[in-house]
Amino acid sequence: MTLDELNVGEKAVITAVNGEGALRRFLLGMGCTPKTEVTLQKIAPMKDPIEIRLRGYTLTLRLEDAKNIEVKYL
Amino acid sequence: MINFALIGNQNSGKTTLFNQLTGSNQHVGNFPGVTVDRKDGYILGYKDRVITDLPGIYSLSPYTNEEIVTRDFLLDEKVDCIVNILDATNIERNLYLTLQLIELQIPMVLAINMMDEMRTNGGTIKINEFSRAIGVPCVPISAAKNEGIQDLVHEMMRVAVNKIRPEKIDFCAGAVHRCLHGISHMIEDHAVAAGLPRRFAASKLIEGDEPLAKRLNLTQNELEMIEHSVVEMEKECEMDREAAMADMRYCFIENLCRNTVIRPTVSKEYLRSVKIDSILTSKYFAIPAFVLIMGLIFYLTFGPIGTFLSDGFALIIDWIINYISELLIQFEINPVVHSLVVDGIFAGISSVLSFMPVIVVLFFFLSILEDSGYMARVAFIMDRPLRQLGLSGKSFVPMLIGFGCSVPAIMATRTLSSERDRKMTILLTPFMSCTAKVPIYSVFALAFFPNHAAEVMILLYATGIVVGIGFAMILKKTVYKGAPIPFVMELPNYRMPSAKSVLLLMWEKAKDFITRAFTIIFLASIIIWFLQSFDLRFNLVEDSSYSILANIGQIIAPIFAPLGFNDWRAATALITGFSAKEAVVSSLAVLLKTSADQLPTMLSSMFTTASAFSFLLFTLLYTPCVAAIAAVKREMGSVKSTIALIVTQCAIAWIIAFIFYTCASLIL
Repeated sequence: MTLDELNVGEKAVITAVNGEGALRRFLLGMGCTPKTEVTLQKIAPMKDPIEIRLRGYTLTLRLEDAKNIEVKYL
Repeated sequence: MINFALIGNQNSGKTTLFNQLTGSNQHVGNFPGVTVDRKDGYILGYKDRVITDLPGIYSLSPYTNEEIVTRDFLLDEKVDCIVNILDATNIERNLYLTLQLIELQIPMVLAINMMDEMRTNGGTIKINEFSRAIGVPCVPISAAKNEGIQDLVHEMMRVAVNKIRPEKIDFCAGAVHRCLHGISHMIEDHAVAAGLPRRFAASKLIEGDEPLAKRLNLTQNELEMIEHSVVEMEKECEMDREAAMADMRYCFIENLCRNTVIRPTVSKEYLRSVKIDSILTSKYFAIPAFVLIMGLIFYLTFGPIGTFLSDGFALIIDWIINYISELLIQFEINPVVHSLVVDGIFAGISSVLSFMPVIVVLFFFLSILEDSGYMARVAFIMDRPLRQLGLSGKSFVPMLIGFGCSVPAIMATRTLSSERDRKMTILLTPFMSCTAKVPIYSVFALAFFPNHAAEVMILLYATGIVVGIGFAMILKKTVYKGAPIPFVMELPNYRMPSAKSVLLLMWEKAKDFITRAFTIIFLASIIIWFLQSFDLRFNLVEDSSYSILANIGQIIAPIFAPLGFNDWRAATALITGFSAKEAVVSSLAVLLKTSADQLPTMLSSMFTTASAFSFLLFTLLYTPCVAAIAAVKREMGSVKSTIALIVTQCAIAWIIAFIFYTCASLIL
């Protein structure tokens, strides 16, 4: 499954980061590396983007980009 | 001279530290070719120690302008010492950049910020062990509370003078380690020739950094060998090269933090942020709260505070003008020179300077929004609607400010991180009808739509927005065709903005604006005065209807015939609107030889209802005023795009007014 499929409050662990180019490298650099735990914190009032928590900080990204992050439940 | 470079993630407190290190001793400029702020300052107490504040970045990969600027600066300028600021409460991600900086082998100090926050929450960093493990001297500080800054300065001097380079360079093990070592030996000669640190070059080659690969001038054979060794590494790690490098760095970081960082179990600041966000970004209250906050800021800026300051400011300027005017008369200076100084230069500059209090007040609020962390939330809430235009949520605030005044709105686009978003936002802002156009709307509404003034206003504002959206769609399909920069952004904890940073920013913006008023606007005022005061034979005119400007008005008036107002006075008034939109009303009064309160009656003899609305549509959409154009030119960094914007806007204004007038004449 991918990150955008999580429900609010659910925790999962990243298994792979797909996609390519600048976005992928940026996500990796921000610490979205395999084996990292993430929690889906919130969905924006207009249903997109989403707010996730990882490595002790909060990151926001669009659903479309969250589809590139594969996760599995702990 | 010793040169320091201050570098760190966004939201790490970099600007606060810079302000603490330099005081108000700052010089703000641009990096060549890009609109990325460059700030230099002397370190307090040292005359020959310069520190440069580099853009806040998360990594040294060459994608965003900020990353490229920072990389080139570190690689090409003579930097004696890097000061890398880290947020202790978010140390893992902050260290990712540090590991890349270490590869540059430039003397370096780590300033570990927000240690006070870490400690009050019951956490800590074992500084000595941490420093030993990473091989770089570390100083714990709290930039906001001005704690540890003296220690940091001493350490910076020690490291810079003794050229203490990072001791360690290996943060890896296994396959990545072997691959990095192999490549770094292979390219050693090339790296020396290109003046690049070889370890840095090797890492970037693995990551597939093309600009750097070109700079190294490798042979085809070497490139193939590198590729081969990277493919081997990928197989062994079961990850592609980019993921493998990121994973290697984060593995080291996790290990380091496990041994030397005691994380607080709860962070008060984080819990507070969650609480605040349970309203400000919640499903039902986010948008009402946003409307309320922006409404309050608008009300205060353009309402009581702004008006009070503007009026006070105008009084002072008037007093100065009168004083100079009397002085000139006393010394019997030629009346033409008197007119040039008083009616031309001072009138022009003062009309623009009267914007200044509003701009300073607006930036006061904006910097609070920015520094507190709310601006990031606005982007989070508003991203979805703006995405349709090919923009991100971050563009919302500058465009909103455009309804007040285009000048600070365009200046506020500096906060946008992508160049493409920034430029598109700048081009869209003038379509948001500014407050200076309100007098025009109200005079015409009074004359032609006395019972529907509010509806006319709303219709005009809405037209501006709709045309702006259309324009954005066209830009997205033509000039800015490329893929939009993805929207991935940190939501920092809410923090109390520091008074020093807010005040320094206000001062910076005010200074910037004054400089502009006395250069480009100074020149424009003289030109407009000249055109208004002389006739074609360069004789001084008593009656402005004989001036060069009126002549130009006569020449261009036929252009407006299809719009319903083939009148030289309307055309002339539109030209004067170029200096400031309020001038349209005052020029019409002068040219119709009437007073302001009689103007509506006179206008009804000059326009029909349809041509009056057509005129309003044209004023809504045509060229921005000279102050806004100066701001556009500065922020776009291009005369060509600025002229293109003026021409496009005039064309759009003409077309829309033409369509309206043609339809109206057919129906009526």
